[in-house]
Amino acid sequence: MDGVETLIERNGLILAFLVVGLIMGAAYAISRYLTRGRLPGAALAILIGLGLAFLGGERGIADHPLFAGMAVLGGSMFRDFAVVATAMGADLETIKQAGKAGVVALLSGVLIAFVAGAMVALALGYSNPVDITTIAAGACTYIVGPVTGTALGATSDVIAISVAAGVVKTLAATIGTPFIARYIGLNNPHSAMVFGGLIGTTSGVVAGLAATDARLVPYGALTATFYTGIGCLLCPSVLYLLVRLFV
Amino acid sequence: MKIYGVALLCGCFLAGKFLGQLLGELIGIPGDIGGVGFAMFLLMLVSLYLRRRGWFSDTSESGIAFWSAMYIPIIVAMAATLNVHAAFGGGWVAVLAGLGATIAGFLLVPLLSRIGRPSDRGQNPLK
Repeated sequence: MDGVETLIERNGLILAFLVVGLIMGAAYAISRYLTRGRLPGAALAILIGLGLAFLGGERGIADHPLFAGMAVLGGSMFRDFAVVATAMGADLETIKQAGKAGVVALLSGVLIAFVAGAMVALALGYSNPVDITTIAAGACTYIVGPVTGTALGATSDVIAISVAAGVVKTLAATIGTPFIARYIGLNNPHSAMVFGGLIGTTSGVVAGLAATDARLVPYGALTATFYTGIGCLLCPSVLYLLVRLFV
Repeated sequence: MKIYGVALLCGCFLAGKFLGQLLGELIGIPGDIGGVGFAMFLLMLVSLYLRRRGWFSDTSESGIAFWSAMYIPIIVAMAATLNVHAAFGGGWVAVLAGLGATIAGFLLVPLLSRIGRPSDRGQNPLK
């Protein structure tokens, strides 16, 4: 048995491709035969992935040495690489047309996430401006939270909460998008760019759009990629000062 | 050859990430700002240019198409490696803040989509 384990440890990434292939196969079979195509196969596959993450800890299933390769395959390097590749299918004219809406969506997206996060923090009894700002920044993305918290000198438990808030947002976007897409008119490149700017968590936006309609992915990814940067820029500066004014 | 497409993709990826990092450093933020976005623009523009010149064949493009088709599997792997316990271990503040921000974003999509939308609906290239 030791031989098999070394074999897999040395070829973790290859095993990860095999595992994901099996998950995709199972998900598409379930989608086709059990839900008659009503639940998209991609959405089911992502849900199975999330389910597997519960078996592990901080790095999900990759915490088990056998599945360490999943962290490489699902890491930001491959994710960003594949997302850039989808640009080949994007239409430059459409992007130009939606550009203005995308920029407005980006700014309002950071602002609305921050306000929502700050209101929750206030409602649940946080009164220190640094804590409120850090938690609110976490509601933007799980990167904006700790960057802001570190810049403002927040305690590590508050930073942990801000990361958690960001992860919840990623999960909510991943799972919720395919269900809500119909009601918010998310069926064309234009609204996909607005959506990417408003939600901002690249992983959540890309996963949610993939589960909704794969052709929308490049448009949502294009705007979402600027969100974390803008969030890191605004949260510890302007937005923190605003919180201090009000609290 | 397929590798030409893959190499082009890699070049655009690295250049875009570099630009994003440069922008981040300029503003004083750790990490990169819009690196993926810059890379996507580069890929679109360069491939358009090469195709017009006739230097970019369908076979080369299939090298990029492969990676573009791989992102759903990659997202599945990403989902399986998320820290889901942290999401719920952060308590109600984290859950409510994350959910509230997402729902608020969802609700604004129809409103902001009106900005600069082409008036005639036939322009949706997906249809």
